[in-house]
Amino acid sequence: MSEEKQEREPLFSAKNLKLVKGPLNMNNPITVQVLGICSALAVTAKMKPAIVMTISVMVVLAASNVVISFLRNGIPPRIRIIVQLVVIATMVILVDQVLKAFVYDISKQLSVFVGLIITNCILMGRLEAFAMSNKPWPAFLDGIGNALGYGLILIVVSFFRELFGSGSILGLQVVPQGFYSFGYVNNGLMILPPMALITIGVIIWVQRYYNRDLLEKN
Amino acid sequence: MQEIFNIFIKSIFIDNMIFAYFLGMCSYLAVSKTVKTSVGLGVAVIFVLGITVPVDYLLNEYVLKAGALKWLDPAFASADLSFLSFILFIAIIASMVQLVEMVVEKFSPALYNSLGIFLPLIAVNCAILGGSLFMEERDYQSLGQATAFGLGSGVGWFLAIVGIAAIREKIRYSNVPPALRGLGITFILTGLMGIAFMSFLGIKL
Repeated sequence: MSEEKQEREPLFSAKNLKLVKGPLNMNNPITVQVLGICSALAVTAKMKPAIVMTISVMVVLAASNVVISFLRNGIPPRIRIIVQLVVIATMVILVDQVLKAFVYDISKQLSVFVGLIITNCILMGRLEAFAMSNKPWPAFLDGIGNALGYGLILIVVSFFRELFGSGSILGLQVVPQGFYSFGYVNNGLMILPPMALITIGVIIWVQRYYNRDLLEKN
Repeated sequence: MQEIFNIFIKSIFIDNMIFAYFLGMCSYLAVSKTVKTSVGLGVAVIFVLGITVPVDYLLNEYVLKAGALKWLDPAFASADLSFLSFILFIAIIASMVQLVEMVVEKFSPALYNSLGIFLPLIAVNCAILGGSLFMEERDYQSLGQATAFGLGSGVGWFLAIVGIAAIREKIRYSNVPPALRGLGITFILTGLMGIAFMSFLGIKL
């Protein structure tokens, strides 16, 4: 009885680290698992909203992963979807209220997209695929990892769109004034929604070019 | 009446759910491999949006908005329940989708089988919740306007998914760079279609 047979896994074992690192590249939620594109692209015209969105998704995903993981043995399979939705919706309401209280301007810019985190497929996907069958700590890491992978794409896309579309990064002007007097013009097309899709398409192209296992036969 | 018609046209072409807001991309990408299934899903989305947006409008107008509970008792005039809108909208949507699923299973088993997992997943289709949240944010004035917005958004989504499915059926015969096949080319195609749809922006309604 006193003997501890099962050796405790260290908090940051290789297996756990993989949960965080995997989604950054080979198992990226957006470009490989195709989850959570819905609310992702509309907030990428500027970097600031993209970063706030990433943080919100990270909080919601990590928190609801942990909650569902704690509850996983008590949830009857038939009603699990509604339970998951309630947990997610509660977390999103909390995040929404915090955003409204502390960064009101950005919360206005994100408009309905904070609410749409509820139906972000990343959340349901990860809860269903991971949190329902794993312990809280790995579930927490999985949440952080997937949110990072999601955020990585968001930030890369918004970086290019803001750089070429407005000539700035995080609201700071980086294209020198001299360029404009030589006739350089910001590419207004980059601000428009369709360019987000094309930018993602190109990111997928580059990623698959270097990772041959990800190619689709089709 | 004209106002309602304007909202309908505007939500189909100008504020298209997919091309302007990227809502419902997950099922859009996953189900758009053949035209037949995409038509089925598109119709289901029109139906669900056409029902949930008006229902959520009534809920918002008579229960959630600041001061909306006045009809119950003047004492509630200061109550503002709008922070509950996310959770109540999603509950309405989930139950409506359940209803649609039962109806489709009864009347068209073939469609039910071909839609498979995606019918229940409409509940977490961002386009549906997005419709209700946009309805709340844009503050439509009457039930008619909300219904027109719901149906219009559904039709816009339907057009988008059927269009991309038709292109994807054809593109199988083209020589696409290997790394771009499947997902990548679909994104770029959607972007190009979106640029085409931007030409509707000039229309003043």
